[in-house]
Amino acid sequence: MGAVVALSGMLDARQVWRGRAMPVPAGEQPTGWAALDAVLPAGGWPDAALSEILLPVDGVGELRLLLPTLARLSHGARPVIVVAPPYAPCVAGWQQHGVDMRRVDIVAAPEAEVLWVTEQCLRSGSCAAVLAWPRKADDRALRRLQVAADTGKALAFAFRDRRHLSSASPAALRLEIETAPSARVWVRKCRGGAVPAQPFALSRSLH
Amino acid sequence: MLWACILLPHLALDGILRRRASDDPLVLVDGAVNARSIVAVNASARDAGLRVGQRLTAAHALLARFDALPHDPQAADRWQRFLAAVAYRYSSEVSLLPHAIVLEASRSLALFGPWPRFESMLRADFAALGFRHRIALAPTPHAAWVLAGIADGRAVLTPDALRPALQAVPMRKSRLPAASIEALSGMGIRTLGQLLTLPRDGLRRRFGNELPQMIDRLLGEIPAGLDAYRPPDAFDLRIELSHEVENIAALVFPLRRMTGDLAAYLAGRDGGVQRFLLRLEHREGRATEVKVGLLSPERDAGMLFELARGRLEQVQLPEPVLAMRLVARDLPDFVPAGRDLFDERPANALPIEQLRERLRARLGDRAVYRLGGTTDPRPERAQAVADEGAGYEESRLRPTWLLDRPIPLRGPAPRILAGPERLETGWWDGAEACRDYYVIETSLGQHAWAFCQPGEQGGWMLQGWFA
Repeated sequence: MGAVVALSGMLDARQVWRGRAMPVPAGEQPTGWAALDAVLPAGGWPDAALSEILLPVDGVGELRLLLPTLARLSHGARPVIVVAPPYAPCVAGWQQHGVDMRRVDIVAAPEAEVLWVTEQCLRSGSCAAVLAWPRKADDRALRRLQVAADTGKALAFAFRDRRHLSSASPAALRLEIETAPSARVWVRKCRGGAVPAQPFALSRSLH
Repeated sequence: MLWACILLPHLALDGILRRRASDDPLVLVDGAVNARSIVAVNASARDAGLRVGQRLTAAHALLARFDALPHDPQAADRWQRFLAAVAYRYSSEVSLLPHAIVLEASRSLALFGPWPRFESMLRADFAALGFRHRIALAPTPHAAWVLAGIADGRAVLTPDALRPALQAVPMRKSRLPAASIEALSGMGIRTLGQLLTLPRDGLRRRFGNELPQMIDRLLGEIPAGLDAYRPPDAFDLRIELSHEVENIAALVFPLRRMTGDLAAYLAGRDGGVQRFLLRLEHREGRATEVKVGLLSPERDAGMLFELARGRLEQVQLPEPVLAMRLVARDLPDFVPAGRDLFDERPANALPIEQLRERLRARLGDRAVYRLGGTTDPRPERAQAVADEGAGYEESRLRPTWLLDRPIPLRGPAPRILAGPERLETGWWDGAEACRDYYVIETSLGQHAWAFCQPGEQGGWMLQGWFA
């Protein structure tokens, strides 16, 4: 075998052709957070795909992150579905963020049915977004959700515990919310682009 | 006027065959107990050599194993009325003749297209329901009835063409009174053509008024005088199973037929169904009832079947089922869902109503809901399941998650971000609340909405999260 050749040198000499990544369609689904849109490859949520949001505990701003999107979608043609939320969505609080609660359906489902319900809603093609808190989702289950979101052209949001960060996930976007030292959102994976090195500061102003 | 006649020669047998999944030999028998004879046979029984008119004992000698069911004339009547309800979707004038349904077609042609297309729609409907049929079209109902008995698919579109079409009909197929046919054939009259040339006065003197009147009706010279069929206001269908069924899976096939029939009936009356009842009948009059309720009237066969199956599959059968009955009394008007011309949804999307029904069928009637605000300031009562929510806009700061009931907040002392907001109300209904609400930050970085007794800043009770 020959000597070790530095890859950077070959790249500089144009001896290695680099395949380009698949072009990502421009943002149809802005997150409502300009700083976040700027770093995401699609300019917003990956359309018709699964986004995973990893949390240390409940109540750290995970809804705050989503509410601008939900407010926008709830005034669109298709409703938003919330599958088995851990607490009751507070009508007054959601309305204060501009969500039309008449366009938000809540599904009460036992633990074992959550994945089935989420998949049915995504696959139906009649929901704009589906929020779910799958507790026992493995790689295969998430992949099913990803395929269903693609079939039904819907946004899928799965909220999971931060300990799942180490395991691989088929989600198109993985965000991790951090509370200390301040509320920040790390992009841990994004399809079609490089993972930004800097976190995005999540403003938690009360209004 | 044009009348279509749908002749149903095997009504009683088809009514039974359509709910059997197998095609084992089957015969219908009638007559006294000691002299039963066969009145109808299915295809596999005919292949084995069984014929209509055979004695049951002779049939047993030919074939060792076959099912023999008693012929039930009432069942045949019920099926005829059911099919009339199906035909009612195509015409407002539907009448019953023996083994046949006639419907006025001239005005329906404007809606359903020329006769060949209309005819194929009728055929598709009846074939899908599992009834063998022959169809003919003629300017009078009785002529259509006669022509359907001669050949399948005859269509006589003008009154002038009617006499030539009837010319060659043999007398025994003319559906005239049997006594007259016998007398006429004794006189050498063998076809309707010969009969029509005879002077009417002579016939009247010889046979009385009845025969000339029937000929006039046949040719449309006097009104047909048929009673118009009126569809019933409730759907009630009962199927007796051929054996005792102990698991739900075996009920799925008859259920598909029943919901299909319900959908055909609903299409006939241009209505929908909001509630229906499945009654699984056991021995000695006991029954298990399965109620199926929908959010809005529906009539799609596939959807009704899927929903009914969803409910049925949750049932534990206490004992074997002998018969199944589907009763639908609540039949409101059906309003098809409006669709946008520039629909944003994917092409094969399942409508949101159907999605909700599917989820409810599996998870329970109350599983899918929306929340709306009330005017009560107490967080526990500030929102409720609502159809048309969003009546009241709360202007004060509220969280995004709400706990069903407050729980004590544990852990190190939180940091206060905002508050207090005093809430003092409910002295009139026994759920008095006197609280100071604060927005606090826990040691884990969560923003919480919690309250404590007025004036204190401890003993936190967690009410919600600013998630």
